[in-house]
Amino acid sequence: MINFIPPGIILIIAGFLLLIVPKQLFRIIAFVAPIITIFIVLQIPDGVSLKGNFLDYSIEIIEGDKLSRLFGLIFSIMALGGTIFSINNIKNKELGFAFIYAGSAIGVTFSGDLISMFVFWEIMAIGSTMVIWNGLELTSHKAGLRYALVHFLGGVILMIGIIGNINQTGSSNFTAVSLDSWAQWLMLIGILINAGAWPISSWIGDAYPEASAGGMVFLSAFTTKTAVFVLIKTFPGTEILVYIGLIMIFYGIIYALLENDMRRILAYSIVNQVGFMVTGIGIGTEMAINGAASHAFAHIIYKALLLMSAGSVLYMTGKRKCTDLGGLYRTMPITTICGIIGALAISSFPLTSGFISKSMISQSAADLHLTYVWFLLTAASAGVFLHAGIKFPWFVFFQKDSGLRPKDPPFNMKISMIIFSAICILIGIFPSVLYSLLPFEVDYVPYTFGHVIAYLQLLLFAGLAFFILLPQMKRTLTISLDTDWLFRVVSLRIINFFSKELKILSDGIKGGTPEQISSFIDHLIKYHGPSGILAKTLPTGRTIFWVIVIFVLFLILTFLS
Amino acid sequence: MLSQLPALQVVIPLIAAPLCVVLRNKEIACLVSQVVSILSFLISLILLQQVLQEGIISYALGGWLAPVGIEYRLDILNSFILVIISGISSIVTLYSKKSVNFEIESEKIYLFYTGYLLMFSGLLGMTITGDAFNVFVFIEISSLSSYAMIAMGKDRRAVSAAFTYLVMGTVGATFFLIGVGLMYSMTGTLNMADLAERLPKVYDTKAILVSFAFISIGILLKLALFPLHLWLPNAYTYAPSVVSAFLSATATKVAIYILIRFGYSVFGSDFVFSKYPTAEILASLSIIAIVVCSIVAIFQTNIKRLLAFSSLAQVGYIVLGISFNNINGLTAAIVHIFNHALSKGALFLAMGCVAIVIGSVKIKDINGLGKKMPFTAFAIVISGLSLIGVPLTAGFISKWYLVLGAIDKGWWPLAIILLLTSLLALVYVWRVVEVMYFRSDPNSPEVKEAPLSMVIPLYILVAMTIYFGIETSFSAGLANEAAEYILGISE
Repeated sequence: MINFIPPGIILIIAGFLLLIVPKQLFRIIAFVAPIITIFIVLQIPDGVSLKGNFLDYSIEIIEGDKLSRLFGLIFSIMALGGTIFSINNIKNKELGFAFIYAGSAIGVTFSGDLISMFVFWEIMAIGSTMVIWNGLELTSHKAGLRYALVHFLGGVILMIGIIGNINQTGSSNFTAVSLDSWAQWLMLIGILINAGAWPISSWIGDAYPEASAGGMVFLSAFTTKTAVFVLIKTFPGTEILVYIGLIMIFYGIIYALLENDMRRILAYSIVNQVGFMVTGIGIGTEMAINGAASHAFAHIIYKALLLMSAGSVLYMTGKRKCTDLGGLYRTMPITTICGIIGALAISSFPLTSGFISKSMISQSAADLHLTYVWFLLTAASAGVFLHAGIKFPWFVFFQKDSGLRPKDPPFNMKISMIIFSAICILIGIFPSVLYSLLPFEVDYVPYTFGHVIAYLQLLLFAGLAFFILLPQMKRTLTISLDTDWLFRVVSLRIINFFSKELKILSDGIKGGTPEQISSFIDHLIKYHGPSGILAKTLPTGRTIFWVIVIFVLFLILTFLS
Repeated sequence: MLSQLPALQVVIPLIAAPLCVVLRNKEIACLVSQVVSILSFLISLILLQQVLQEGIISYALGGWLAPVGIEYRLDILNSFILVIISGISSIVTLYSKKSVNFEIESEKIYLFYTGYLLMFSGLLGMTITGDAFNVFVFIEISSLSSYAMIAMGKDRRAVSAAFTYLVMGTVGATFFLIGVGLMYSMTGTLNMADLAERLPKVYDTKAILVSFAFISIGILLKLALFPLHLWLPNAYTYAPSVVSAFLSATATKVAIYILIRFGYSVFGSDFVFSKYPTAEILASLSIIAIVVCSIVAIFQTNIKRLLAFSSLAQVGYIVLGISFNNINGLTAAIVHIFNHALSKGALFLAMGCVAIVIGSVKIKDINGLGKKMPFTAFAIVISGLSLIGVPLTAGFISKWYLVLGAIDKGWWPLAIILLLTSLLALVYVWRVVEVMYFRSDPNSPEVKEAPLSMVIPLYILVAMTIYFGIETSFSAGLANEAAEYILGISE
């Protein structure tokens, strides 16, 4: 019986309830719904257990396998952890939408066909947009709209790809497809947009930090990792993904190193980490897929942990820039320790979850003798240590004394951080627990002497480099980086080739400099605004004129043909 | 009795209209129009049932057999459209009482309902008739009464809007009539089925070509395809809310039905699409309509006007579907007639609720509406999502078929452009939603929802928007059958 309840639906319904119920019920639902979901996710058997009909297609709303249970499990754990962390500091509405968002992500993981996958995919976009819109700042609204536009754009492209794919293959099965024609390319592009793949990565750094402390903990987990899940299902072993993944890895590192806002550093590091997963999917061997899946699992935990610690700092101090923070370890010991554990995990330090997952991806590259890939992945591991492993804890908790003396955050926030730290370490010490959940049989031993030593050396030298280069690493307020400056300048140069109009348009879409946007909008208003020529309606003569023009054109065209 | 239903479908509202004038009582007039609408709805459902079971129903009016007499001819397409019109009318009339009392001078209300019933019967007549000249007659009946009703709007600009509409509507109807006249001169018949048989013999004559041009332009004016749309925004903006809701859900849609009927059944798709670049002309006009009108909608300050421009963009989607000349495209067009009637009808009804409580439908006046009128605001959100075409709303279904149609036609890059325009819809819906939910109004924090008699009909439409986004055997299923049938007979 319980197998027939789509596990995502429970969270979605709970989310809608959270939007309207009074305070007393709110906490009960907020804790009970994720726990039930975890329970149900674990019960889902292999194969299709719920079917339906939509248009002329039969759809499979629940189809379980090891991969979907793995992602479903981590998503529901995340919903619970996010709730524990944010229950005291989140708006009712925000948590409600976060549940709808999480539920639809779980819905994607158990979809047996492309149509139900797409439906959940779109609900996810709406839910996450609403989470951002309920964020702290006034700028959240505009960032939310930009976020929504990117995701609906991705959705539109994915939808056309799916329809084209169904049309060509006659099947809506949610399985691996090959990049044969435009339809599969569109699907790939649509999915990659949600994964934050280059060149459309800037939305992550742009929108996520606009959410509230708790909101961002939710946001970090679902959208990109759902895209990773869908990529594993549909495009395993697609070569282009290796390169896209590598670009994402370095994109994330570079931007995170340039960034001053602590949560934006962590947002860019999402791009970086998803890059590792995408590379793994591109390599496509059983071990690489295992690596990508386990890295997604591990990443969700430690990225949430890092964001919880950053969120606690934000909650206690109200500040988000590295230059305003520092020296917090004295008064926030628990937050500091948990933040460091998260930082070690993301840097793949031995005995943490990151070590046992990421090394599988590198190993699979080595096994296939992809020398350059292996080399770049290794170099990137050092880069991760630089931007997330050291930079985040150093500038926030140590560095200079900023004079701030905040206490550790309230009980629930501490508990959630401690639980997630424990998971990071437990997985690192007992990798077989996670390995047994992976889609393929694991034949890999992470803790060999040479491997551990090699990694420690790598991290040691990266750490050394950080402190030697410290003067360059320091971000001051005067620099006050524009987040996607590089991206924009380069793309502008290219677009300049075409025309001024196009340049203005592209700037408008990407959120370019204010003057360009406003001149573009002025341009639009001139013709489309309430008193613009295209919006005018009164003159009868003009319509008659058009009637005649169209009529004559019509006659000419028809007589000619 | 049952065999007289096609006539009753039109005659009941037509007779009820003068009844309202005679009774001169606004309460009774309202009641009469409610009863008549619901009766018509039931009749249309029975007729649809009959058509589904027994195929085409041909009814000779006054016993004069076609082609000499006027024939009412029901197939699956127009019986589906009849259900839409009378269903929307039932909801709108149930909703109308308080809104009309608020927006229209008390002594004119019985006249309002008279006009409403005439317009209703005109639209039903246009849909049901199988006679080309009879279409013109009903176009005039529905148009004349709608001019009068638009002019009853509270805003003084309603009168000039109605006048513009009158001029444009008359030009459109005249073009249509000239076209029909030319066809008659070449074939000697006015019956559509008969015309379809006789036209192929005279396909190559210039007269038929010109008549096709006249009829197309006339219909395109009535359905307000860009750039022939200039009459519509003001008409919808300044008309009473009830009229805006009814017109946007049905009037342009019936004109679209006439386009499908004449394009595919009377002239035949061979003539229309194979010989001439009609598909390209219609498709390019529709794309321009979608893009331009969506952008214009983004910048509007009056929400009813925003919705009017959004309607123009939606008309673009429908005509685009028609221009594909394949099953999926035509299905998209027909199902979008239905789905758009639901969501746009709901949005205009919601604006009526806003007007009666807030007194204005300008964006700047609805700050914090989400707190003040939670039900109305939520209805706007759901219907707005349907306009964007989000899954699990009716709009998604239309979008799906439209993309299928574009792919079948081999125009898949067009599908991308097409769906990118739904991002424009996202922006204009967002503008309204942002103001409703994320800006608070310091002046009046207390909750004051519109009367239940208005909110319940509104929510019937909203519920259907969701329902037909999930269970589509009635909407998309029938639209698909209708499309197959229409394409089948024109082969």
